[in-house]
Amino acid sequence: MQHAIVIEHLSHRFNSRYALKDLSYEVRQGEIFALLGPNGAGKTTTIRLVNGLYTPTSGRINVLGMDSVRQGSQIRQQTGVLTETSALYERLSARENLLFFGRLYGVPESLLLKRTDEILQFFGLKNRESERAGAYSKGMKQRLALARAFLTHPRILFLDEPTSSLDPESTQQVHELIESLCRQEENTVFLCTHRLEEAERLAERLADRVAILNSGRLLALGSLPELTQQFNHGLWVEVDLLQPLQNDPSSLRVRGVIDVQVSERKIRAQVAEEEIIPSLVATLVAQKAQIVSVQPQKVTLEEIYFKLQSQAQEGAV
Amino acid sequence: MNWKTILTIAKKDIKEASQNKAVWLPILIVPAIFVLIIPAALIVGFSSAGTALESPLRDPDFAMFLNRMPPFMIELIRGLNEVQSGIVLVLGYLFAPFFLIMPLMFSTVIAAESFAGERERKTIEALLYTPATDAELFIGKVLAGFIPAVLVTLVSFAGYTIVVNATAYPVMQRLWFPLPSWYPLVLWVSPAISLLGIAFTVLISAKTQTFMGAYQTSGSLVLVVLALLAGQATGVVYLSVLVGLLIGLAIAVVDVILFSFAVRAFNREQLLTATS
Repeated sequence: MQHAIVIEHLSHRFNSRYALKDLSYEVRQGEIFALLGPNGAGKTTTIRLVNGLYTPTSGRINVLGMDSVRQGSQIRQQTGVLTETSALYERLSARENLLFFGRLYGVPESLLLKRTDEILQFFGLKNRESERAGAYSKGMKQRLALARAFLTHPRILFLDEPTSSLDPESTQQVHELIESLCRQEENTVFLCTHRLEEAERLAERLADRVAILNSGRLLALGSLPELTQQFNHGLWVEVDLLQPLQNDPSSLRVRGVIDVQVSERKIRAQVAEEEIIPSLVATLVAQKAQIVSVQPQKVTLEEIYFKLQSQAQEGAV
Repeated sequence: MNWKTILTIAKKDIKEASQNKAVWLPILIVPAIFVLIIPAALIVGFSSAGTALESPLRDPDFAMFLNRMPPFMIELIRGLNEVQSGIVLVLGYLFAPFFLIMPLMFSTVIAAESFAGERERKTIEALLYTPATDAELFIGKVLAGFIPAVLVTLVSFAGYTIVVNATAYPVMQRLWFPLPSWYPLVLWVSPAISLLGIAFTVLISAKTQTFMGAYQTSGSLVLVVLALLAGQATGVVYLSVLVGLLIGLAIAVVDVILFSFAVRAFNREQLLTATS
């Protein structure tokens, strides 16, 4: 497995405060990697370090085989970054913004013109390409910023809080664009967000692995199923009944059922794994329970996240 | 060092600055005042005053100034009548330092827009994520202030030459301007003072978060020009070719010192840390 980014014992300090403390992990080539954490966790600092904007206080970062301190410019030639604020030149048009950045990346002029047209079309901005970016809505600005980050077809695309200031409709649009970009290209995507629903949505559909960061420390790293398994001791199932259960709840403790909670016409049972659910349902049917619905309750990223954050605050991790 | 990248940055900054009213308004108004309105008004005033002008020129203070003039200046007005001498001394000599205000002001306002303005609008971050090196970004931004400042000064100088010669022609009966001391002033002191304005603004921008803050603080450099103006008017400094070359050299030395600090202040980590 080739790695796009290798981070080894990375620490970074601003004056006396550590923004990142002894981080070590790899981002695989072609994977979609989501870095999740509250504001101030060190997500943006990580992106800046990886792109050679900061020099680490200690540790090393290798990006596509290049050292972030000595080869920052070459690294940035291969990456595209969607910054937290759209950071557009608002007195320039959308087209001028893209052409300016394309030229800084040394894209040949004829190719740049062609690619600018294509990308404006793809991001739905072609018919307003000559307008000043300052006249755009927030959603359009974010689309333009995403277009700028993607203009050079970077090998690693960094998305820093891609929807943090957007309304739900624009958020939806940006998510769709990100999903469509991720499906089209086989490039590495490094997504940073503090929005759990965003991470969950993109992680479920796209992300290969999720890392959870707090106060510069890595709390967890793995695919969503791995994290779920790691932080979920058993799966909860909710069963709705037409009539209250007649039998003693302990009768439902068949093999693999860890816990049972009964209230009126609802049963909550904790099972060791998904395969136990049919046995539980069969037991209920045998007891003539009138089942209305059976709903497995998956552990959400949100639950994992808050569990980790509270553990971190208590100093348990 | 990639000059294509440097010029791309400079062009973008000039284009952006040209769309900011706070930048281009002084670039239009100041030359209009110094190149057109004041010189034409002075020459018309001198010409129409005629013999009435003789009395101010015989003012004891002015007489002392005339008496203390070095030989090269006495040579300038030898054989001229008092109206002609007044025009030569005021517009060809005393007026010269005003021409340094222009490059200083333009370079300062564009540099403030380019360095502090970009940080104020938080566009700097996207720029720092490009492959351009710190040196390329720095030189590009310096050129964005330097090129327009020098160009506008040269164009203003050409305009001043035309206006002064044309309006004074009925009195002078010849093309008398520019005087030799103006060449080092425009071609050597003016670029050096442009760079001084830029270096000073870069250093101020490292501490100031806003375009206006950087521009206003850098504006205090005008005191340097005013000191030269006062020095000339009181006879402490006489702006000859040699003095022009020496003043330019002194400013160039200060430029080198300030730029060595400015280059250190301009690195990605410091720019971002100061912004966030």
